[in-house]
Amino acid sequence: MSFSHLAHTLFPPSVRLPDILLIDVGLVLAGLGILGLLTKTRRWGWLWREWLTTVDHKKIAVMYMIAALVMLLRGGIDAEMLRAQLAAPGAHFMPASQYDEVFTTHGTIMIFFMAMPFIFALFNAVVPLMIGARDVAFPRLNAMSYWLFAAGAILFNLSFIIGGSPNAGWTGYPPYSELLFNPGPGENYYFLSLLIAGMGTTMTGINFLVTIVRMRAPGMTLMRMPLFIWSAMVTSALVLFAFPPLTVALAMSLFDRVFGSSFFTLAHGGMPMMYVNLFWLFGHPEVYILVIPLFGVFSEVVATFSKKQLFGYPIMVVSILAIMFLSYGTWVHHFFTMGAGPGVNVFFGLSTMLIAIPTGVKIFNWIFTMWGGRVQYTVAMLYQLAFIPTFVIGGATGVLLAVVPADYQFHNSYFLIAHFHNVIIGGTLFGLLSALYYWWPKMFGMKLNEQQGKWAFWLFFIGFWVTFTPQYLLGLKGMTRRIYTYPSGLGWHNLNVISTVGALIMGAGFVVLVFNLVWSYVYGERDLTGDPWDGRTLEWSLPSPVPEYNFARIPVVHSRDAWWDMKQKGQSLAALRPEDVHDIEMPKNSPIPFLLGVAFFVVGFGMTFKWWPIVIVGGLGIVLCLLFTGFDYDDHHHLQADTVRQSEASLGRLQG
Amino acid sequence: MSMPAADEHVQHLPIEFANEKESIKITGFWMFLVTDILIFASLFSTYAVMHNAVAMGPSSQQLFQMGPVMLETLLLLTSSFTIGLGIYAMRKGQARALIYWILLTILLGAGFVFTEIHDFVSFAAIHATWHTSAFLSAFDILVGTHGAHVTFGIFWAVTLLFQLKKRGITAQTARKVFTFSLYWHFLDIVWIFIYTFVYLNGRIG
Amino acid sequence: MLPMRFKKPYRKLMLVAMVAGLLSAGCGQQYVMLNPAGPVGQKELHLMILASVAMAIVIAVVFVLFFYAIIRFRDKPGNTAPYRPDWHSHKWLEILWWVLPAVLLTVIAIPTVKTTYALDRLPKSKQKPVVIDVTSLTWKWLFQYPGQQVATVNYAVIPTGVPVLFELTADSPMNAFWVPQLGGMEYTMPNRVLPLWLEASKSGIYAGRSGQYSGTGFEKMTFNIKAVSPQAFQTWAHETHSTARPMSMYDYNQLLKFNTVGTATYSNYPLDTFPTIASGFTLNGTGMYMTMRNKNSITYMPMSAKP
Repeated sequence: MSFSHLAHTLFPPSVRLPDILLIDVGLVLAGLGILGLLTKTRRWGWLWREWLTTVDHKKIAVMYMIAALVMLLRGGIDAEMLRAQLAAPGAHFMPASQYDEVFTTHGTIMIFFMAMPFIFALFNAVVPLMIGARDVAFPRLNAMSYWLFAAGAILFNLSFIIGGSPNAGWTGYPPYSELLFNPGPGENYYFLSLLIAGMGTTMTGINFLVTIVRMRAPGMTLMRMPLFIWSAMVTSALVLFAFPPLTVALAMSLFDRVFGSSFFTLAHGGMPMMYVNLFWLFGHPEVYILVIPLFGVFSEVVATFSKKQLFGYPIMVVSILAIMFLSYGTWVHHFFTMGAGPGVNVFFGLSTMLIAIPTGVKIFNWIFTMWGGRVQYTVAMLYQLAFIPTFVIGGATGVLLAVVPADYQFHNSYFLIAHFHNVIIGGTLFGLLSALYYWWPKMFGMKLNEQQGKWAFWLFFIGFWVTFTPQYLLGLKGMTRRIYTYPSGLGWHNLNVISTVGALIMGAGFVVLVFNLVWSYVYGERDLTGDPWDGRTLEWSLPSPVPEYNFARIPVVHSRDAWWDMKQKGQSLAALRPEDVHDIEMPKNSPIPFLLGVAFFVVGFGMTFKWWPIVIVGGLGIVLCLLFTGFDYDDHHHLQADTVRQSEASLGRLQG
Repeated sequence: MSMPAADEHVQHLPIEFANEKESIKITGFWMFLVTDILIFASLFSTYAVMHNAVAMGPSSQQLFQMGPVMLETLLLLTSSFTIGLGIYAMRKGQARALIYWILLTILLGAGFVFTEIHDFVSFAAIHATWHTSAFLSAFDILVGTHGAHVTFGIFWAVTLLFQLKKRGITAQTARKVFTFSLYWHFLDIVWIFIYTFVYLNGRIG
Repeated sequence: MLPMRFKKPYRKLMLVAMVAGLLSAGCGQQYVMLNPAGPVGQKELHLMILASVAMAIVIAVVFVLFFYAIIRFRDKPGNTAPYRPDWHSHKWLEILWWVLPAVLLTVIAIPTVKTTYALDRLPKSKQKPVVIDVTSLTWKWLFQYPGQQVATVNYAVIPTGVPVLFELTADSPMNAFWVPQLGGMEYTMPNRVLPLWLEASKSGIYAGRSGQYSGTGFEKMTFNIKAVSPQAFQTWAHETHSTARPMSMYDYNQLLKFNTVGTATYSNYPLDTFPTIASGFTLNGTGMYMTMRNKNSITYMPMSAKP
């Protein structure tokens, strides 16, 4: 291959746009800066020992969260670009081909590389602490999950610098995503990065399901589990059942593109509608994967900040399980317009309406948790309070979309866009931010500044409604999704301008949020008690940040809201007797997960450009990593009881 | 290595379950099998939908030969039996017998893979590749994924042989062999479905 | 059924509550979904309104309870509201909020089922429908009239008061055929033919577009549906058939190029461009769904009920 051909493959015109070149320069400078800083402060060893090779769930949580926030920035910039393009009729803020790439990466990143890792950050940060465990069931697998996610995320984000971004929408429907219509490497990036990250996600699902099923502290029966644990368990189960169909759909599309098979192609009898079915067989449970964990978060937050027990706990559990089962019976509602016939459409329309019932029940239970309590308007709680009305309206428009004949009109219009942003931002993003403010002290040992947090909150909340209310109306005016531009005279202009203003307000909210995080990291109020919110669940019984071994002694649980119960019975934080502390078996750090991530990245990158020698090198790397893991019996070490006693004493938690 | 408090009440269990940590890993492996079942379920449903999308290529009636398929079935079913005997030997602490049973399982598995590859090559010779039609794509990926699983299983079993040779039967090696046997039985069950719904059904129409 | 009987009052209520607000902005006509020009769009609008009213009830109930709770029970000194930290269940309340949404959803569900089935069938009493074969191409629309032997690009003429059966396919990536004022959309998919019937009650020009992204030119895939009186339609078809030039295979292949074009009119077209299109499509795969059609036995009636 000649040099100029190589240069054209890696840097086609679509990545030589001025804005992208500017970002290239910025990224190179930032990269050099980080490398220089690490070298100057001699942090390479620290980086390797403390982060790259760690198997500690708390550190993995931090890495997930940083990745998610960076991806929120990237997806947010994409969103602002889309809104800028749509602000005026006939605008050419960017070329049409770039617009197609930007809406594709916006959706893919927000769902797979922002919301998912953010949720896994919460699982990693909290689940073992809440159930009284020292780690997850498979710590090394957990690190592998993270590095596979990271490999997928980096591969996906590389696309806009090298080779060109995918442009077939976040759903990647064939045949538009097939080679005939999409000859560049963009869609290869899409399929490969989602396959790699999806493997990591599946492993996370297995890990947390087993952790919750097998590793709860003595006395924590199923009906004593905090609601967040229930939601994590149900989410993990959903991951287990939802990701395999996605894997199959992605792999088949990839094979169509790279190995010349004919699953979904225009020619040779390919059946694109099978991709659509498999994708949404994953896609609909995925919607609940994205929101159920936040139902769990809200259930913890509302009880804590209402100073009151959660209302209707058994009903909450039943409804979450009902949602889990029903979520597998609704996928066709994403394509009522694909001619499935009235019988099929009616079945899936009704099942979709049915799922609104348990969801509504949860809303009422949250309201009645506050009823008779004492509601504190902290930032975490404000997001909860914003969530309830927002999600109710989003749910209501969802029911409108479930009405099959109405959906024939709403489908693929901006009404649909407004609806799913209404539930994903109103449910998932508000929930994630609520959790961020709620558990930040536990993860990092300091509280986030409440005043700044409230500014960010109001900007997000107001910005959200200013952005998406006009989009409902635009839908009624017949504006369809993913259009690059529109002529004037349709009455779409003013509403689009308002929507763009709203997006800018939300962007300002993000800036304030980042300022809040950085400011609080430097100046924030340290959390010395470990229990800044007067919490109810076991993670608040531990110091902040939590020591490596989590619990010096595994707690025994006697009721729901275990820590609240202990406090009511007068058990103090320093209740640990020296003789209760024994040696603790801890998992050992390992470079394998990181190296496995690197190997998968190499395979993914090589296959994107069909450079088989690179694929073979990466493949050998994968084999070596697996072999090494298979023969490695030295995967744990023992913390001496004395070390633990010293550590606890220094935290002021040891008696005598 | 063992966790004293947790172990006492599980002493009567087979060796692979006797250690809490190893027993949790077996639970994890079952969860993995769930995801694998769903992978195959998705592949089966794709095949069912695309069965008649033969385009210009051959249909299943024209293509399938039952002879090699019978041989494959025989080899794989027998190997499932031999790994079962291996687990029986393992629980009685007979390391040597276990190694021989695993060796036999590997040989039978290799025979299966060899026959299958031979079959695929003969299809390719008449230009029935997965480029030809959606039907052949769906067929190749379903049967091919199963074959790839068997191939992976063979390599896995080889690494187990080395570990057993070095360490004998311990809680950890026993758990590894046991999970391998679960995997192998699972592949056998998948094959029975392939045999019935793909080959037998495909011959009939 | 019950909700259908009440549709008129509902409509009035909503037109006051919703459309009036929008009209005050001076552009009510631009809310195309709320201004249907035919029975299909009308039925769909009825359901939208019914569901909106039911959902408005839910939203109202939740909002009242919610705002009462967060104001009455806020944590401030001297709040006299009862504080009951262990109150965690109330049987009748909990039953109530399983039942209330269930009832409201039933009210929506029954007409949903009825209308979904109704929209799948051509109305029985009407005269024979006009059939238009629609092919989405990258990025343009081809309309072929098998009964009239004419073809158009990027516009179509239909008679008013007569159901029109659109048979939809694609010789391109997926698109969606959508004329909001006449009714909801349906996908156009390669290797498949999907039916959609629409009807215009009054003459006029109705804008249509693609509802499914299919590449850089897709937002330009707009077309006009011209609804004229049945006599005018016959005249148009007749004149077109006798005066316009026929479409050749060369013309069709030109349309397959990845570009946008203006409108065009042809007096005839090569028969095998629909639904077995040049590149050797196979329609013998049955697929999961019912509407696969055999090219050789064109019945014009792939839907569940025949007129």
